[in-house]
Amino acid sequence: MLLIHCPYCQEERPELEFRNAGEAHIERPKDIAGISDEEFKTFFFLRTNPKGVAYERWRHIHGCARFFNAVRDTVSDQFVTTYRAGEPRVEVERGEDGKLKLKGAAQ
Amino acid sequence: MSGANRIKGKGRLTPAKTLRFTFDRKVLTAVEGDTLASALLANGIHLTGRSFKYHRPRGMLSAGSEEPNALLDVGRDAARRTPNIRATVQEVYDGLQAKSQNRWPSLAFDVGGINNLASPFFAAGFYYKTFMWPKAAWKKLYEPIIRAAAGLGVAPSERDPDHYANHFIHCDVLVIGGGAAGLTAALAAAHAGAEVIVCDEQAETGGAFHHDTDATVDGVSGWDWAQAATAELRAMDNVKVLTRTTAFGYQAQNHVVLVERVTEHLANPDASLPRERLWQVRARQVIIATGAIERHMVFANNDRPGIMLASAARTYLNHYGVAVGSKVGVYTACDSAWSAAFDLKQAGVSVPAIVDVRTDPDPALVARASELGIEVLSGQAVLDTSGKLRIKSMKVGKASAGSTRDIAVDALIMSSGWTPSVHMYSQSRGKVVWDEEGQRFLPGHHVQACASVGACSGVDDLADAMDGAAKAGHEAAKAAGVETGPVWTAPDADTATLWTGSMMGSAAGAGPETTVKAFVDFQNDVTAKDIRLAVREGMHSIEHVKRFTTNGMATDQGKTSNIHGLAIAAEMLGKPLPQVGLTTFRSPFTPVTFGAIVTHSRGDLFEPIRRTPMHDWEEAHGAVFEDVGQWKRAWYYPRPGEDMHQAVNRECRTVRESAGMFDASTLGKIEVVGPDAARFLNLMYTNGWDKLEPGRCKYGIMLREDGFIYDDGVVGRLAEDRFHVTTTTGGAPRVMHHMEDYLQTEFPDLKVWLTSTTEQWAVIAVQGPKAREIIAPLVEGIDLSTEAMPHMSLREGTICGVPTRLFRMSFTGEAGYEVNVPADYGDAVWKALWARAEPLGACAYGTETMHVLRAEKGYIIVGQDTDGTVTPDDAGLNWAVAKKKPDFVGIRGLRRPDLIGGGRKQLVGLTTKDPNIVLEEGAQIVADPNQSVPMTMIGHVTSSYWSENCGRSIAMGVVIDGRALKGRTLYVPMPERTIEVEVTDTVFIDKEGVRLNG
Repeated sequence: MLLIHCPYCQEERPELEFRNAGEAHIERPKDIAGISDEEFKTFFFLRTNPKGVAYERWRHIHGCARFFNAVRDTVSDQFVTTYRAGEPRVEVERGEDGKLKLKGAAQ
Repeated sequence: MSGANRIKGKGRLTPAKTLRFTFDRKVLTAVEGDTLASALLANGIHLTGRSFKYHRPRGMLSAGSEEPNALLDVGRDAARRTPNIRATVQEVYDGLQAKSQNRWPSLAFDVGGINNLASPFFAAGFYYKTFMWPKAAWKKLYEPIIRAAAGLGVAPSERDPDHYANHFIHCDVLVIGGGAAGLTAALAAAHAGAEVIVCDEQAETGGAFHHDTDATVDGVSGWDWAQAATAELRAMDNVKVLTRTTAFGYQAQNHVVLVERVTEHLANPDASLPRERLWQVRARQVIIATGAIERHMVFANNDRPGIMLASAARTYLNHYGVAVGSKVGVYTACDSAWSAAFDLKQAGVSVPAIVDVRTDPDPALVARASELGIEVLSGQAVLDTSGKLRIKSMKVGKASAGSTRDIAVDALIMSSGWTPSVHMYSQSRGKVVWDEEGQRFLPGHHVQACASVGACSGVDDLADAMDGAAKAGHEAAKAAGVETGPVWTAPDADTATLWTGSMMGSAAGAGPETTVKAFVDFQNDVTAKDIRLAVREGMHSIEHVKRFTTNGMATDQGKTSNIHGLAIAAEMLGKPLPQVGLTTFRSPFTPVTFGAIVTHSRGDLFEPIRRTPMHDWEEAHGAVFEDVGQWKRAWYYPRPGEDMHQAVNRECRTVRESAGMFDASTLGKIEVVGPDAARFLNLMYTNGWDKLEPGRCKYGIMLREDGFIYDDGVVGRLAEDRFHVTTTTGGAPRVMHHMEDYLQTEFPDLKVWLTSTTEQWAVIAVQGPKAREIIAPLVEGIDLSTEAMPHMSLREGTICGVPTRLFRMSFTGEAGYEVNVPADYGDAVWKALWARAEPLGACAYGTETMHVLRAEKGYIIVGQDTDGTVTPDDAGLNWAVAKKKPDFVGIRGLRRPDLIGGGRKQLVGLTTKDPNIVLEEGAQIVADPNQSVPMTMIGHVTSSYWSENCGRSIAMGVVIDGRALKGRTLYVPMPERTIEVEVTDTVFIDKEGVRLNG
């Protein structure tokens, strides 16, 4: 079971309290009614499902009930960071030890 | 004396403390502290079971958790027995009952032993080849016979009467293993100030000191030091020592799962104690000190009872005071077996010969052997053994050629070296690396916050192991964020026992040129020959070899066999061993009971049961309940003599003739509040909400972004900024989640607050022509006339003096009300309404009647008439989709070409030509019943009932372009007949809605 840091509660809590909510940073088009079939396909159906750095949404459903974003290494299950919904994508890079870290941060 | 083979003055047990237990109904005596294995050996019993496939006689191989052979059925009574318990792990308690497994009629005479003679037919992969045809025979003939003949223990048939505990715990440093290295690391971390947990799978700490009596630590014997160190740790407030506790799973983020056997060693356990306790440890740092596991020698007939690991024989002697035989042969490639031989000899056991495959064993060992009068046969091999139920002799000679000789023995101890126990390291996702010099796999880079110390990390020397462990313990405390003081250093340590020497794979006389049975994996009956066969058959990956032969796939997970199997495969492939690779180690390290995994989550605690406030009344009035998600809902209320069908028919009739009362409390309810509440609902539902006046309500449809129906329900507007939203019973949590998702992430600017109120309101539906008459005298402050309160309206007032949100709405097609009252008053208000309703001829009705009544009226149930691929138009609900709204969830999905292109399945009514036939829900619909199979299916039945009110069966279904087929005859082919149906409208009763508005 993973430990996840809720950026609202500012606490690390067990995975049991959370629910994954799919890929992050997929914004619903403002003019959704007017988009093309191709754009709708990209928005609704296509997901990256990466090996490695995944940006994903989690909800602290049995806690504060808030949605937030997380960066996780899908190979090691390591969480690099979590941040509040609406905040910009956090850039990460892989350190020499193979672990992900915030871009520019020390090992 | 408890057993003839107990040697006076040897071992650490107290001979006076005797216990009685049974083995295959025979009463035997043991000493307190014995394992089943040591107690059986003390009584001269080696034969404990029959092997999995060939039914060969087998006995104890080891003295620890790696045991592949000695699996027994152990328990106190019929309900408290557990199959496949390793005799080498189970402690004896007074009254323990042990039985051998996989034998019939008896252990000594086993009919299944015929498999051994037929073994040429049972080579690796035989399942795949021998039983290919005829195909049908596999299920009916081959599989049942194979299953009966092969196998291990039998699961108990009675309910487990014991309870199990689950414990979450955090610590700075978790130390896995309580041997020399583990205890040292724990002491160093604890003295540095860290919160430490140290666990060990055995009853007592001490690890290899169980057998190694040559060691001295800090001036005392290794064993005494270990017990003193453990006492010191136990006395510290910041340390928890858990014995009989196995770390079996190493998960992400240093989540390590342990299982503690709390009462399995006690004769009369306190009933309040859990049988086992699951510890879910979250450690900042983990120190793995899991030691090493000795390997057997792979040679012809190396599996007879009496043949065992050298360290095991030494443990039985030095710890339990038991000699494993009176004439013990030794076969080895490793120095440590010599120490075992010396100890046995010095204890008065005859040791006729030490056979060492090496041509030049350590001269010091050879000298010591000759001093003790043990013959040394170096550069030789044990080529075969004899003995039916126990070894009688070993055939010794040079592998190449020359004379051989038989030496009479009643036990044979062996060692081909030590395999570092990298299971926990590997489970932590570390990749093992090959140590060419030591010829073994060792931990490499540690991926998680952990370190390996001692024998599991390839450190053979005791002093080095303890020094390294002390440093690692201190470092772990520091890394965990503890402000450490001076470094605690390990005491001086030394031992004469050396672990030098190793061989992998088959020994002389069991090479590729032979056909002998040289066992690699005892539990799964895999021989060296099987592994070679697998390679010849084309299995070139070790993962394929493993699956083809089942090597290492038994409950012991190949603890003694994996390396041998790998070496034999590598030899056959002509590749260096590390290139062949190692199979992955997975959790659990040793078998774990379901009880320990499930802990409290069984019976009433398996899943919560939700009951409505009126549940007790319903139960008292004879309701039969059905499970709807976690809810218990009244299904129907049979009167004496009524079956379900009769009860439902009566209820259906009564509601339409007079009235009925229905508990709708399980309905999902969400309070949507805020200045932007209507705007928010405009986005969540297909309908428009701006024009809905306070006091009115409306049926709403909720879509997913792809345009398919997600949920539905009636929404009432209480005020400009307040809505009472209802959802389906099963859909409440996901609808709330769905709404919160959009509100928080896509429309965060909207000023809206959502509150789940499902359990705050009890809901009593009163439906039927007499509904108003029933509720009217109890309601205050609300004008109930149709003019003042028409269908689909909502008022706040009081009922029985209790605040109510009174909805005039209907899911039956009758005029009716849904009385919402605070949940605590639900029961009282229900009873007051019932006191009015019953004299007026009304009845209580359940969910089955609710289903029939709504179907008569053509109301859909989301999830029954829809399946996640149904659009509002498919369901005939296009009227509920606002045409002018610029946006709502699903607006774009609805315009996808495949949703608007025609050829979609549409909801229609279906009436059977024979009114007495009730269709089966889920039955397929075809246009032409005479077409060839497989037929073209154009739809299926979604809802089907006997309608007492219509005097015939009714049904709904989805059919391709069904609305254009009204009046047409379609067919429902069933196994025994084909049923003719006519496509109709979905409303079967009161098409004009006269009753609703009455």
